[in-house]
Amino acid sequence: MNTEILTVKNLTVTPKNTPNRYLVNNANFQLSAGKTTCIVGESGSGKSLTALSVMGLLSTQLQASGSILFNNQEITTLSNKALQGIRGKQIGMIFQEPMTSLNPVLTVGYQIGEPLTTHLNLKGQALKEKIASLLTQVGIPADRANSYPDELSGGQRQRVMIAMSIACEPALLIADEPTTALDVTVQAQVLKLLNELKTRMNMAMLFITHDFGVVADIADDVVVMFRGEIVESGNVKDVLENPQHPYTKALLACVPDAAGLKPLKPIDYAWLSDTKLSDTKLSDIKLSEKAA
Amino acid sequence: MNILEANNLVKTYTQRSGSFGFGSTLVKALNDVSISLKSGSTLAVVGESGSGKSTLARCLLQLQPLDSGDVIFGGQNLAKLDSASLRTARRELQMVFQDPFASLNPRMKVGEIVAEGLLIHGLGSKEEQQEKTLAMLKRVGLTADDMQKYPHQFSGGQRQRIGIARALVLQPKVVVCDEPVSALDVSIQAQILILLKELQTELALSYIFISHDLRVVRHIADEIVVMHQGKIVEKGLVHEVYVKPQHEYTKNLLSAIPGQSQTAAL
Repeated sequence: MNTEILTVKNLTVTPKNTPNRYLVNNANFQLSAGKTTCIVGESGSGKSLTALSVMGLLSTQLQASGSILFNNQEITTLSNKALQGIRGKQIGMIFQEPMTSLNPVLTVGYQIGEPLTTHLNLKGQALKEKIASLLTQVGIPADRANSYPDELSGGQRQRVMIAMSIACEPALLIADEPTTALDVTVQAQVLKLLNELKTRMNMAMLFITHDFGVVADIADDVVVMFRGEIVESGNVKDVLENPQHPYTKALLACVPDAAGLKPLKPIDYAWLSDTKLSDTKLSDIKLSEKAA
Repeated sequence: MNILEANNLVKTYTQRSGSFGFGSTLVKALNDVSISLKSGSTLAVVGESGSGKSTLARCLLQLQPLDSGDVIFGGQNLAKLDSASLRTARRELQMVFQDPFASLNPRMKVGEIVAEGLLIHGLGSKEEQQEKTLAMLKRVGLTADDMQKYPHQFSGGQRQRIGIARALVLQPKVVVCDEPVSALDVSIQAQILILLKELQTELALSYIFISHDLRVVRHIADEIVVMHQGKIVEKGLVHEVYVKPQHEYTKNLLSAIPGQSQTAAL
């Protein structure tokens, strides 16, 4: 079963005032239902901009070109209003810092209920029951619906964000560094929860991270970005165990392993820029082909 | 030989609680914590947020007063010193902070930031101070031109190098590093970790390395203490604790390290 949910073609993001500076350069990838694709890269590699482009939430200072097909519908040309009908309903989103993404003066129950009211027109008792069931699904007691965000721990807040994002059972869940602000044991729980939800709801998940350990735990496919370009993509096991691109190899050599067996090797950027990126570009390989 | 010892440290915070914060509860950030740092080695303090590891770092340097307990360094009990003697003692006990964006004064040039410690401690003439500053900046991978620049002109990794130079120019014996690489990209993190290790050998430094990242700790530390809710739950040699954790909490922490399913690959 390999239903394509999202197809990104030739996505390019540039600042409006300097259109020859490519923040994301000609990115191509596909997402299938029930699969998690991780975009991994360092800060400034364009991974978050790629996610924001898919959501149509790019800053007004930036412009995107290329094609983004969501459920076979071109979403780059949609009006804001039409996009609002998709965002939060068919595309769920989770961000890095749960405290800044939640409204501090509204109860978490109210905030989880918002997309349900907006998109599904749920009210009254039905709404209450749905909120309770969502909270239970993410592992928070249903009576916490009346709590405010500051009364919850960081992990619980991120669970609330997850409950909000899956409220309308989206086909695509975009998670931008959702566990980066969390403690390692909490991170493990949240990753497990996301994985379970993805499988149960057969969602496609686009997961942005800088941590290869997290990639290894959660990804089916992985896309490696460097300076705005996808330098390598493919099945997670292939990429981690047998990286092809020199940047991926170099980046993996920087990751400390838990066993402490491998000496750390910092990236030699001078050497990297000598090896031409385009020579070894694998970005046109479709993820689904490699995964299949 | 132990270069630094902390015995029975206790630090309690008052936290407001209840509606409108009228009530108050006591939080024991450090609850009878004792550590010892062997000369020339690295002691890692690991734990999750709220475990008290940063409080420990700050209390070792007396940046926060202790409720009780002793910090023995250079034959003195830092907890009992007056502020003037404490300042002198701190020359040999320096700190590298987590956030290289917040820990450097944005209005000072890098040369001034690094030289400030020498100035305060009155070490050498102005020319000697400049020389030392330049030599240290060069050692951490920056140039003479960088002395005239301001912190905002540098990347995160370079700023952390400035923070390291600032601490090391005073030729300390012990450096307390509070999450020195957690704000950095993994490639930059590797550079800084290697730099810290090189400097340790060259300058015979001892490190207390505060971190939440057990993968980083595995690489840099010789010994480890695991903190949980203000208490040390386990301590020992790194390779022993990682292979055979005794305490339940340590086991949880180690099993939560991401990417273990494919450790072979990483």
